[in-house]
Amino acid sequence: MAVNAVLENSDLVLVAFGYTLLLFVLAGIGSLLLGSLLAALRVGPVSIMRRSVSVYVTLIRNTPLLVILIFFRIAGPKVGLRFDFVDVTIGEINLNAVFTACLVGLTVYTSAFVCEALRSGINAVPVGQAEAARAIGLTFGGAMGQVILPQAFRASLPPLTSVQIALLKNTTVAGAVGVFEAFARMRSLTNDYTTQTYGIFLAFAVIFVVLVEIVSFLSLRLERRWKVAR
Amino acid sequence: MRIHRLKLAAVAVGLSTALAACGDAGGDTAGGDTPDVEVQEDAASQFEEGTRMAELAEAGEITIGVKYDQPGLGFKDASSDVPTGFDVEVAKLLAADLGIDPESDSVTWEETISDNREPYLQEGRVDLVLASYSITDERRQVVGQTGPYFLTGQQVLVPADSDVESIEDLRGEDVCSVTGSTSLTNVEDAGANGVPAETYSQCAEDVVNGTVPAMSTDGSILLGLAAQYDGELKVVGDEFSEERIGVGYPQEYPEMCEWINETLTEAYDSGAWGEAFEATLGGDGVETPEPPALDECQA
Repeated sequence: MAVNAVLENSDLVLVAFGYTLLLFVLAGIGSLLLGSLLAALRVGPVSIMRRSVSVYVTLIRNTPLLVILIFFRIAGPKVGLRFDFVDVTIGEINLNAVFTACLVGLTVYTSAFVCEALRSGINAVPVGQAEAARAIGLTFGGAMGQVILPQAFRASLPPLTSVQIALLKNTTVAGAVGVFEAFARMRSLTNDYTTQTYGIFLAFAVIFVVLVEIVSFLSLRLERRWKVAR
Repeated sequence: MRIHRLKLAAVAVGLSTALAACGDAGGDTAGGDTPDVEVQEDAASQFEEGTRMAELAEAGEITIGVKYDQPGLGFKDASSDVPTGFDVEVAKLLAADLGIDPESDSVTWEETISDNREPYLQEGRVDLVLASYSITDERRQVVGQTGPYFLTGQQVLVPADSDVESIEDLRGEDVCSVTGSTSLTNVEDAGANGVPAETYSQCAEDVVNGTVPAMSTDGSILLGLAAQYDGELKVVGDEFSEERIGVGYPQEYPEMCEWINETLTEAYDSGAWGEAFEATLGGDGVETPEPPALDECQA
């Protein structure tokens, strides 16, 4: 059978997808947090903050992901930006300096997109909401955290989902710079089992489709649930 | 019958001496001069009609896949047009046997990374692959491989001040090698964590800047890299795998096997193989090995 290689090495494939999912979940959470903060600052009252976030978003959005990863992974260590304090082992999965560098790169990159998706959501929140929040005495942080961002999240759920799905697929770039995630494992399998190349490709593609489908399914459920509340 | 040899060698030697007199004041460095190759004259008629060799000889052009990032084997730096190294020298011998001048533009050098060697041969994008190409049974099912023209084994490259003595000391540690290479699989089999990279130079860079404690691949490649980062990196440990480096050719032309073997045998006998080794991988204190025995071609 054409996918014997994948079945025989299912333990290695599982570990590889473990890396993929860890990168996705950690960078996903990180980018949602950092992205929300950036979005809040971008519409905030402090002009210097608004401008710096705008520069950050423009810069990061226009730089290819690989360039950003290479920056953290290869240029970083040269200028003293190292992550060697990270050394966590979960079973077969080893979170080391290389993993962390890729994780930081993915988070920084995705945050810029999360920020923009959220900003469109903030624009969708009626101005009256912000004015009302201020009228009842909420500070900027309070108005953002309790009134505006919760509504903005709901409004921007579809684009946020797209950003996160892109992140899931973007994790494969980490395979090119030193994390043994699914993509790197696929390449080592196609090298060892030259006769089964197509089967291996297909198997990995199918697993990725399944993962993306799970993410979009969850997002759809959230969207439905939140729609009622609006 | 291989008569009519064009004695380019004598001319070339004369030329290079003259050139050396002009420029090189520092005396000869290891791996400096590559041996000159005798180009077969009227090659097309030497081969049976309809064979791939006859086609190539007639066309007078060949595309050869080599590595660009393995000093000593297949290496091309940004400033040069033609790659250098042992793989390249052997490739030149093969091209010359087809009557193609390996120093001319008739030979196209195509970079083949570990990953794309089989696809390139299958698609016909390259005619031959000499890219530290280990012979394996699995590969032989999709492409033709013959040789080996070189035997090597995997060793470990560590920073010069490292305590690591062999791959055993690296159990559970990160060891870098190139994505989609047998080296990476061997590293994992030895109990270390594989760290995949796109190129060997990237791995070496990681070892130098301390991101990973070691890298591993064929000893010959590591020696080249250690020489490149003189004083910063060293090769340690015994060889823990046996790699039989061979020539890859498209599977649909099985007749190429006999020809490659004949040409290699000839190079063994004439001393051209040894010269190629001395000019590339050899150096002070490196003994030129005996040429390895060739596999028989499957009829």
